[in-house]
Amino acid sequence: MKSDYDLIIIGGGPAGLAAAVGAVENGVHDILIIERERFLGGILNQCIHTGFGLREFGEELTGPEYAQRFEDRVLQAGISCLVDAMVLDVTRDKHVVVISPVHGRLEFTARAIVLAMGCRERTRGALMVAGTRPAGVMTAGTAQRLMNLEGYLPGQNIVILGSGDIGLIMARRFTLEGANVSAVLEVMPYSTGLTRNVVQCLNDYGIPLMLSHTVTSVHGAKRVSGVTVSEVDIGRNPLPGTEQDIACDTLITSVGLIPENELSRRAGVELDLATGGAIVNQRLETSVPGVFACGNVLQVHDLVDNVSEEARHAGANAADLIAGRLAPKQRTIRVIPGRGIRYVVPQYVDVHEADEHTVLSMRPDDVFRQATVEVVADGRDVPLARFRRRHLTPGEMVTVNVDSAVFRTCAQYVSVRVV
Amino acid sequence: MSDMTQQRESLDVVVIGAGVVGCAAARELSRYRLSVVVCEQGAEAGQGGATKANTGIIHAGYDPAPGTLMARMNVRGNALYTGLCQDLGVRLDRSGTLVVALSQEDRPYLDALLARGRVNGVPGLCLVGHDELMKLEPNVHRQADSALFAPTGGAVEPYEVALALAENAARNGVWFLFDRAVSGLEPLDDGWCVHLGTQELRTRFVVNAAGLSAAKISQAAVPEKHFHMHPRLGQYVLLENRPEYDIRHPVFQVPGPTGKGVVVSRTPDGNIIVGPTAEDTDSDRDLATTDAGLRSVLAQAHRSVPTLDERLAITEFCGARAIIDERDDFLIEESAPGFFNAAGIKSPGLTAAPAIAEELVRLMANGGLELVANPAFIPTNEPAILFRDCRTEEQVQMIHENPAFGRIVCRCETVTEGDVVRAIHRPLGARTLDGVKFRTRAGMGRCQGGFCGPRVLEILSRELNVDPLLITKCGPGSEILATRLRPEGDSCA
Repeated sequence: MKSDYDLIIIGGGPAGLAAAVGAVENGVHDILIIERERFLGGILNQCIHTGFGLREFGEELTGPEYAQRFEDRVLQAGISCLVDAMVLDVTRDKHVVVISPVHGRLEFTARAIVLAMGCRERTRGALMVAGTRPAGVMTAGTAQRLMNLEGYLPGQNIVILGSGDIGLIMARRFTLEGANVSAVLEVMPYSTGLTRNVVQCLNDYGIPLMLSHTVTSVHGAKRVSGVTVSEVDIGRNPLPGTEQDIACDTLITSVGLIPENELSRRAGVELDLATGGAIVNQRLETSVPGVFACGNVLQVHDLVDNVSEEARHAGANAADLIAGRLAPKQRTIRVIPGRGIRYVVPQYVDVHEADEHTVLSMRPDDVFRQATVEVVADGRDVPLARFRRRHLTPGEMVTVNVDSAVFRTCAQYVSVRVV
Repeated sequence: MSDMTQQRESLDVVVIGAGVVGCAAARELSRYRLSVVVCEQGAEAGQGGATKANTGIIHAGYDPAPGTLMARMNVRGNALYTGLCQDLGVRLDRSGTLVVALSQEDRPYLDALLARGRVNGVPGLCLVGHDELMKLEPNVHRQADSALFAPTGGAVEPYEVALALAENAARNGVWFLFDRAVSGLEPLDDGWCVHLGTQELRTRFVVNAAGLSAAKISQAAVPEKHFHMHPRLGQYVLLENRPEYDIRHPVFQVPGPTGKGVVVSRTPDGNIIVGPTAEDTDSDRDLATTDAGLRSVLAQAHRSVPTLDERLAITEFCGARAIIDERDDFLIEESAPGFFNAAGIKSPGLTAAPAIAEELVRLMANGGLELVANPAFIPTNEPAILFRDCRTEEQVQMIHENPAFGRIVCRCETVTEGDVVRAIHRPLGARTLDGVKFRTRAGMGRCQGGFCGPRVLEILSRELNVDPLLITKCGPGSEILATRLRPEGDSCA
């Protein structure tokens, strides 16, 4: 196996696969994808429900079907894939250390790297849910893996904490397999998942969604025997007197996703506290030159279609860098989240004459109706760009396509706000 | 095991409880030519309330009142730890501990501890002023006044100590019976009959190291010498470490109006542990954390280390110290011929355990146990080498010899399939998910087993040749899976 590649992509999930496609489309073929599972496709392999691909392919696919379309393109392009292989280290000078049962320890060097490691689920421990620590508490993704890949039902009477998309999907999945889902609890006054998932996974099956509620204690010495749930106030503090006990043998948590940036840290990539992902420019290039990031390792996405689009962009830009086509940097404009916006990616824009449009993606920090997303320069009052949106919710990403002329008229920073 | 339980002849010693005290006693007994059985109601050694959930601090010995068993066992136990950890391949971080006076008013308390420590024979104690404290521990509160420094204090992973002691005892011929609660004790002419449900063990000597159940066991054996116990719950928070609040020495506080004050300490695994609360309770309450308890632990910890970031909490847990009512000391005694209590082993029980084991053996020898050296005794365990701790060339060799070392099962802690398989097949190897976790750290990191849990379950099932539905977190009743969704063998994983 050779040790030098133009491009190494870490992660063979939807982001890694689309990044490879983007690079190939832009003329780079000397690519290695490194995947730790035995199959490409990442988390899509356990997402056997439909709903993927409406934007990307104009049809509704299952997770494995969606992944297969990209895998086919990657394999047709003759891209090298190393599966069942774990990256142990990535350095600033784009040196990658990998171990695999078949190949042992391998070292590679690349001209560019795309980070596409995805994310992990926030746990009960990180939430500090009080109570005992019995068997039967697990994340929605773990339950999904056990049911859809391994063929086991992890419990019969289920309470789900958190209305993230995987939690909603799993509420339906448990119901279809004959388990009883008593309730889905959400600490916020709105669902943090997609509206369509609330409708199709809860409402259609009569599963109650208890908004502004959380689990305040877990019971059971060996296996979960029940949970205490409480209503919360606006500051998410449990309201005394609202406690009720729900008997269950399983508590599923779906309380947020955290980009897996341990390798990025090792490479010296600067991270954004708000996204948990790398700080990037509009090319999705991180603070380490030649290292790009995309997909859920950069920011947690709502739809895989958006991951694919972002990752293809990262791969294409990596190819441009490898081919020496990236325009030299002129000056840098910071992009700052303003009122109503939790974060914006990219965090800065290198002003290039060649750019026509720059995509900004963001999450609102609350629910807004009939809102306008405004781009404002240097703290001035008059917005440089405005985008009308009927409905904004934290569960759904917002992307706006900004005319790059905006950044050229700007001195230091733009902020993005909701009005 | 049938030959052991259908025994005609009497055993020499039955140890009840495989917490750190029971395991230390068993290991101490294995130095001699004796037949010893440890029975434990849990699924593995060291997984009960007190041994599993405590700060892991090896106390110097300035805390207990002079003249108590606690004081003597603490100082002796502390001195034994270096050799013990070397023998067993257990990590001991003998950094020294600090008791921090947050203001000038706290100084008299430090003086009192210093005086008490000197009476107890604690070596090397000294007071350090503000400047020196800041040098020793830059992340302690800037306004802190001074501290008591105890150079012999340190930290271990308590479960690691218990598991290593148990393994060494097993290696030297001690039998362990897990998932077996003692249902009764009956005096015989020349010893005791220990009932374990339908099984019974005949033995000359019994060691009662049953932790919170010690009063019940004692009541069954020697009802006339009744004592009552209750749990003192302690809640803890474990956090990811960050340079802004890294702590090199366990940092204690001076007791204030809000209670005894909590410890902030770095575990040998490199995480930050804070705790405990001290909640006396009378019931057989579950080991449950409470919102109020966790908040109070964090609030108190912030007094000594203000930069702690609770958003980086990994997990929280609750342990129980075994307290004998109206007795501020251990109870180590022969309460009836051949029946020995090691009860009320609260803090500093972990530190004292090796000394308690010596003391028990001394008492048993006085009570007629013949101590003939076991010529086959091996004081060491086979090194528990984990892939992540090896040098590059060793790692290459490990994967070459066994490809399972090239497959990472737990990403957070870099645990390979080879590590898990080894942990299962060691003497007294892992049988549960928690057992694998405590031997390899798989599942102990940020994702708390989200990724590795199903993998470890699969490996346990394969290596132990047990149906996956029967694999547990920590013994019967804690099964992970409910049913099969599809016929066996129809899996795509």
